[in-house]
Amino acid sequence: MADFISGFWNVYVMAIVALSILFCVFVLVSNMTKRESGPAQLHGHVWDETLAEYNNPLPRWWMYLFWITIGFAIVYLSIYPGFGTTNQERGARAQYEAEMKAANEKYGPIFAKYKDMDLAAVAADPEAKAMGQRMFLTYCAQCHGSAAQGAKGFPNLTDDEWQWGGEPATIKTTILGGRMGVMPPFGPALGGEGVKDVANYVRSLSGLAHDSLRAQRGADLFQQNCVACHGADAKGNVAMGAPNLANKAWLYGSSEATIIETITNGRNNQMPKFGEFLGEDKVHLLAAYVIGLNKK
Amino acid sequence: MQSQATYNYKVVRQFSIMTVVWGIVGMLVGVIAAAQLVWPELNVHEFLHFGRLRPLHTNAVIFAFGGCALFATSYYVVQRTCHTRLFAPGLAAFTFWGWQVVIILAAITLPLGYTSGKEYAELEWPIDLLIAVVWVSYAIVFFGTIAKRKVSHIYVANWFFGAFILTVALLHIVNSAAIPVSMNSMKSYSAYAGVQDAMIQWWYGHNAVGFFLTAGFLGMMYYFVPKQAERPVYSYRLSVVHFWALIFTYMWAGPHHLHYTALPDWTQSVGMVFSLILLAPSWGGMINGVMTLSGAWHKLRTDPILKFLITSLSFYGMSTFEGPMMSVKTVNALSHYTDWTVGHVHSGALGWVAMVSIGSIYFLLPRLYGKAEMYSVKLVNAHFWVATIGVVLYIASMWIAGVMQGLMWRATNPDGTLTYSFVESVKASYPFWTIRFIGGVLFLTGMVLMFYNMVKTIAGEKAYNAPVLAPAAAH
Repeated sequence: MADFISGFWNVYVMAIVALSILFCVFVLVSNMTKRESGPAQLHGHVWDETLAEYNNPLPRWWMYLFWITIGFAIVYLSIYPGFGTTNQERGARAQYEAEMKAANEKYGPIFAKYKDMDLAAVAADPEAKAMGQRMFLTYCAQCHGSAAQGAKGFPNLTDDEWQWGGEPATIKTTILGGRMGVMPPFGPALGGEGVKDVANYVRSLSGLAHDSLRAQRGADLFQQNCVACHGADAKGNVAMGAPNLANKAWLYGSSEATIIETITNGRNNQMPKFGEFLGEDKVHLLAAYVIGLNKK
Repeated sequence: MQSQATYNYKVVRQFSIMTVVWGIVGMLVGVIAAAQLVWPELNVHEFLHFGRLRPLHTNAVIFAFGGCALFATSYYVVQRTCHTRLFAPGLAAFTFWGWQVVIILAAITLPLGYTSGKEYAELEWPIDLLIAVVWVSYAIVFFGTIAKRKVSHIYVANWFFGAFILTVALLHIVNSAAIPVSMNSMKSYSAYAGVQDAMIQWWYGHNAVGFFLTAGFLGMMYYFVPKQAERPVYSYRLSVVHFWALIFTYMWAGPHHLHYTALPDWTQSVGMVFSLILLAPSWGGMINGVMTLSGAWHKLRTDPILKFLITSLSFYGMSTFEGPMMSVKTVNALSHYTDWTVGHVHSGALGWVAMVSIGSIYFLLPRLYGKAEMYSVKLVNAHFWVATIGVVLYIASMWIAGVMQGLMWRATNPDGTLTYSFVESVKASYPFWTIRFIGGVLFLTGMVLMFYNMVKTIAGEKAYNAPVLAPAAAH
């Protein structure tokens, strides 16, 4: 019943489906004639000098084809959902659940045998690594790239930089539950010049070219506005996902213009959660694969 | 008989010429989009990006090329088979200029990124309003002419043209219902939400195929095939059955575009079974066209116009068999979202719609200038072969690519993980996309031949308007 807001619509759908099939039957039956002997007769009307019509009967094989499709429709609707709310038990939801159950029974044990193994041990297992890579290419490569090298806004997973922490268990937690990274906008608070000063200061921390006068002024602004998350030494805070600003890794890019954009407008980023969708056993292999990428 | 009265051929001439022009433009954009898939670096600018050009291509070939062909042929056929001049000639002229303005606005706004996001109904609300006005005018001209006909029976071609005109008005107005963000904004939001919006969109979408691209062109077929073959239509009775069954059943077929989505099961099932029932009514048209040739098959050897018309019916039969099969849920699970769909659409669009239009326009052009035939019948023949090879390359490559993509996407390893990542299926598709591009280039080349032949046929000739004929005496 979930498809309809009241019982009326159920009856309504049944009625129009039945009438529609009956209409096809009616059109067909009302035009069936036996083949007459002798040559085909013209229907009698002539248009535009030459246009006329024979009155040949319906081709027999064509009529059979029509009857077969009508018959199929009736049989199909008596087995599958379609005639109002009948046969819901053979609907898409039931089909999906049955297929998922069968797949879990078949494939579940293949993944489950690694679940009690230490992540580092799984990462060292070549078979587990191959399975992990196949899952990575299906679920992760769209954002992080086929080689996990990342892209603007999507972290590189092959370096030592971990915004949310690089411990094996933490990486697994990230995949299971996802992450929401929020950098608030500081444009209104700092003003255009202030933002530029802070941008020069953080560039100086990474050893990038900067205006030292601006960087000096920026250092003060940084202490007043940024340390709560990024820390006094700007080394970041993995508990909050606040990145280390004193190294070479820049999620959105390190140019002065990009950093100004980041500070002014802030950033919102999301790593989706895969725990519910894949289940913990598969995430265990996926986490091990990612950890393995990092061990060079 | 009103001795001096002539048929209104002016609007037919205008639409016929623009059919060829827009055919070249629309197919050129299609070839560019096909090239962008093979060579992504051809996406040179935001305005010329694949995502903007693709809707421009579909709108140009369906509504500009196909639309002009339908206007031209329906205005010609309705006058001649009603033995009377076109009703409201001023309004008919308005439909020509109005339709051209719609096309030009589409060609400007789509590359600029104005879109409602509804497939085959991308144009934004101010243009939709203009389309509605032009279309209602078209209906007045057409049905006005039917009303003042000098014969008692309405010829079968006009049933199909009439059904096409009425239904497209209904489809366009219902599906394009939207609320503009403001009166100064091109942006609008659909009047429907969620799965209802999707269902209305594909009710529109499939009936655009059923009525714009099928019923209208069947109207064309029912005039030009018997005329060119000089044979009576095979069966009046078959016309009656397949007409009513076709226009009735098409209305149900839309949900097959939404198999395995949030659409309720019952809607999907009903869409599927009626799509299957549609097979026989569709084939009724093909049989009636092809069997009309019985007793005149030898003409196919020498008459390239008849070759276009009969080949178009073969492709019509093939794609209306393929369509019902693809609507079966199990088949759809393989074919949906792959290039198979693209191949199916083009076997209908190039093989059926374009070929029947090209044949009909080759029939019309000389007659609109008081000549017996085109400047070069040999070139018409060359066009036929280039176009046929083009279609075959196009659809064969898309079939292979589509089935391959479907199989790659569903292939699994012993552990249940996917064998191929998506990008591997993209990589594997390149050779077929290249063949598709070549097929498209061939089809476009044929249209360029047609343009040259048209210019040579018309050059130096005076426009000709045939006298209105008195109806034949009733039997």
